[in-house]
Amino acid sequence: MSNTNPLLDVTGLTKHFPVMGGFPFKRKIGAVQAVDGLDFQVAEGESLGLVGESGCGKSTTGRLITRLLEPTGGSIKYRGQDITHAGRKQLAPVRSEIQMIFQDPYASLNPRQTVGKIISGPMEINGINPPGGHEKRVRELLETVGLNPEHYNRFPHEFSGGQRQRIGVARALALEPKLIVADEPVSALDVSIQAQVVNLLQELQQDLGIAFVFIAHDLAVVRHFSQRVAVMYLGKIVEIADREDLYDNPRHPYTRALLSAVPEATADDIPARERIRLTGDVPSPLNPPSGCRFRTRCWKATEKCATEAPPLVQVAGNKEGHLTACHYPETHDTVPAPRLSKDVAA
Amino acid sequence: MTSTDQQPFLSVRDLKVHFSTEDGVVKAVDGLSFDLAKGKTLGIVGESGSGKSVTNLTILGLHDRDRTSIDGEILLDGKELLTASERELEQLRGNKMSMIFQDALASLSPYHTIGKQIGETYRKHTGASKKEARERAIEMLRRVGIPQPDVRVDDYPHQFSGGMRQRAMIAMALVCDPELLIADEPTTALDVTVQAQIMDLLKDLQQEFGTAIIFITHDLGVIADIADDVLVMYGGRCVERGTKKEVLRAPQHPYTWGLLGSMPSLEGPVDVPLSPIPGSPPSLLNPPSGCRFHPRCTFAEKVQGGLCSTEQPLLDITDGRGSACHLTDDQRREFFADYAATRSH
Amino acid sequence: MSRFLIRRVFGALVILLIISAITFGLFYAIPRDPAMMSCGKNCTPDMLAQIRHNLGIDHPIPVQYWDWLKGVFVGRDYGSFGNCNAPCLGYSFANREPVLGTILDRLPTTLSLAFGAAIVFLIFGVGAGMLAAVKQGKFLDKFASSASLFGSSLQIYFVGYIAMFFFVAKLGLFAQPSYTPLSEDPVSWFSGLLLPWLTLAIIFTANYTRMTRSQLVEQLSEDYVRTARAKGLSRANVFFRFAWRGAMGPIVTVFGIDLGTLIGGAIITESTFSIQGIGRLAVDSVNKSDLPMLLGVTVLSAGAIVFFNIIVDAVYALIDPRIRLA
Repeated sequence: MSNTNPLLDVTGLTKHFPVMGGFPFKRKIGAVQAVDGLDFQVAEGESLGLVGESGCGKSTTGRLITRLLEPTGGSIKYRGQDITHAGRKQLAPVRSEIQMIFQDPYASLNPRQTVGKIISGPMEINGINPPGGHEKRVRELLETVGLNPEHYNRFPHEFSGGQRQRIGVARALALEPKLIVADEPVSALDVSIQAQVVNLLQELQQDLGIAFVFIAHDLAVVRHFSQRVAVMYLGKIVEIADREDLYDNPRHPYTRALLSAVPEATADDIPARERIRLTGDVPSPLNPPSGCRFRTRCWKATEKCATEAPPLVQVAGNKEGHLTACHYPETHDTVPAPRLSKDVAA
Repeated sequence: MTSTDQQPFLSVRDLKVHFSTEDGVVKAVDGLSFDLAKGKTLGIVGESGSGKSVTNLTILGLHDRDRTSIDGEILLDGKELLTASERELEQLRGNKMSMIFQDALASLSPYHTIGKQIGETYRKHTGASKKEARERAIEMLRRVGIPQPDVRVDDYPHQFSGGMRQRAMIAMALVCDPELLIADEPTTALDVTVQAQIMDLLKDLQQEFGTAIIFITHDLGVIADIADDVLVMYGGRCVERGTKKEVLRAPQHPYTWGLLGSMPSLEGPVDVPLSPIPGSPPSLLNPPSGCRFHPRCTFAEKVQGGLCSTEQPLLDITDGRGSACHLTDDQRREFFADYAATRSH
Repeated sequence: MSRFLIRRVFGALVILLIISAITFGLFYAIPRDPAMMSCGKNCTPDMLAQIRHNLGIDHPIPVQYWDWLKGVFVGRDYGSFGNCNAPCLGYSFANREPVLGTILDRLPTTLSLAFGAAIVFLIFGVGAGMLAAVKQGKFLDKFASSASLFGSSLQIYFVGYIAMFFFVAKLGLFAQPSYTPLSEDPVSWFSGLLLPWLTLAIIFTANYTRMTRSQLVEQLSEDYVRTARAKGLSRANVFFRFAWRGAMGPIVTVFGIDLGTLIGGAIITESTFSIQGIGRLAVDSVNKSDLPMLLGVTVLSAGAIVFFNIIVDAVYALIDPRIRLA
């Protein structure tokens, strides 16, 4: 973060989905705490990775930033402008600068529109007339994302999965965005295609200086693509750091467990990381554990973890910008006592 | 029934599975052979359309018989499966051989309780009473690590979490102590921490029962964790085979190199770009001539006489190790050294 | 489940209330005076006022509606006519008969017509759909599919008259459609309704064949059907216990709606076959500007549709545990 004024500044971001029920009249009887008090910044041209398992709130976060969802609390500032509850009119100029790429390249393209129409759509909606006309610009964009510009008049079904994702990228680029929120952009793709798209996004980030919020469950992909990484668990950020720090020196037990669970394609008999096997399931976000939300699956949890939610701070031994929300952070020589999944069966 | 020493437990010989569709014949599997011994795990790696799932549905006889033409041999413990009657296959399925699938929520019936679904497999093959089947179901749920199995046995699949559903599915597949378990991407839809739990569970159960496992996946990391032997499939054919160590340490086929080069890692330098395979997987309706990988292969032009586009490379297997590629051994060593260098600089 | 039912029944009552109010309002929107119709040719203003008073239509419309509504729940005193106990739907303007009694007299006719036809089209429609699903892509499937497309484009007033012309008038294969109470003479009941049943069935069967087929084809390609086969269960077992179970939900839904429509909207069918059921009653009450009868029939018809919708939801919950409510 070279700039003191971040491109995107998120503080205390919260999204609770009401749960209706009761008798005889339905009313709000609870709330799914999908996202609960997130603080993070994204600098210009930077890629921030959001990782976590299903239900951790990473996708909701992406939808809040792009204002596809209305936040329940907290604030989102884009270039210093508060867009947390901005209306349609106020959002319009910001919307063109923040674009989104979705996971499913099949579902997120209108099957009845030609590629040209799909990509020029955002320009038309925003009344942008590029020099040389829409078609010229679309052809340029197709070329940028590695597609044949002559395929301007084809329909989405005529493309393979990877190519469709490229169309989605071209559409996002049409308005020359400053920030792209990419929600699992490669997880539906085959391994060999996944690498193509990751490389493409990387080129865009480097050549066009676009900042990314890269949402993914695949830790290796995120490590590859994002300079900074935030790990989420049950609606909260448990750790955020530069990638080297996060992957080489994880301080939160959850980060460590998550990393150790990733199978590596090596034939070495000794695994690179000590195996930590988490037991049980992620608790319901409807009724999350008190204090630290990870404590029910943590091998280090004490009374304190149940009563006191650990703040996201730079714990002792962390480098600048490496924040961890844990009362008992891991150190390099901490030997955790992993509970094996077998224990549960007994 | 025990397998003789000469005869492998499962033997697939020159299997061809062709579907007729409105657009023409899809050559989903085109000449596949492999063996699997008891208590061992064979990992089958491939991308979508490689024929890996079709192969395994064919072993169980679950392919659409009206539209499929099949050639070759599948011998399970000496018994030919391709010519077996539907009744014979029903006796084997869920009993001697069983299967678990990727999407446990979709693969379990939403209309029946977990206990009933596990129990009915048991009743079908052992003739046990409803009460015995229920007890067996509870026992199996306990074995796969479901907490409070005597309560959860009456739950429906939608009341289970993703990981628990996959555990229940495994319990269902193993309820009759099968000798062959086919696992079709069983962890792909799961979170990594749950994936790790499920793989540990499968390994434990395999140790306990000596089950032979075919593990289908697109993830070489998962292969590294669970497989003994590896078979890499591309476009309905096997392109490389060997032990896990052989394939991961010294892969022979350019496609395997490409797969490894496409995978980002948690180790090593972060700023090296991935080396993806160019292009897209082939259409099985109209597969490329010669080597099916040649349109995407960066080494095809290095082969003398343009063989790659005209002639199908033979799968040259010695002692279970080999690949199907026109590159000479010297070329292969040279190119792999180059590849390895780019990966680790 | 009981909470769900209570909530739904409550909702249904609200709907019926709204429907009756709308009917009331629409009736008076028509420029037609029911009193004029009773008054005859030598009508004087005094007579008219008297008739208005007798019919109870000399009050403001909201008051009339309120009186009617009160009658439904607590009964109503009609003075010279005597007392009408709750649920009181009033007396017919046209013939001074109690509305409820008339409707109850006619109801068995409409119910016989509806349920009889329903049994026929369920058996044939679902049966043909099942066969088509099993023999996917074969001759039987193609035949059933095209036959059902043809059938579903037919209309009762068209097929009905043709059937009557050929089978009753020309060939004499069927009796002239009529209603005899089942308790009186089961044979005449059956023979009198057979032709309407079959005619209705031809039209509805088609829809059920198509729906059953497409539902089953979809279910048969579900992952859990494949799993059931992978467990070693036989084709027949998998077909009925897994695929059919899944296919049932949408069929039950449509069946519930159809049954409600058959009972509530029997106007065309009963007119076509000249059968005196609820539908004919509705037509007559409109022609005679008979407000109480019209209201009674409308509320009953709407009630039938709403009732079967609740039944459908309850049955759906029994079939599919995923939507079973707390």
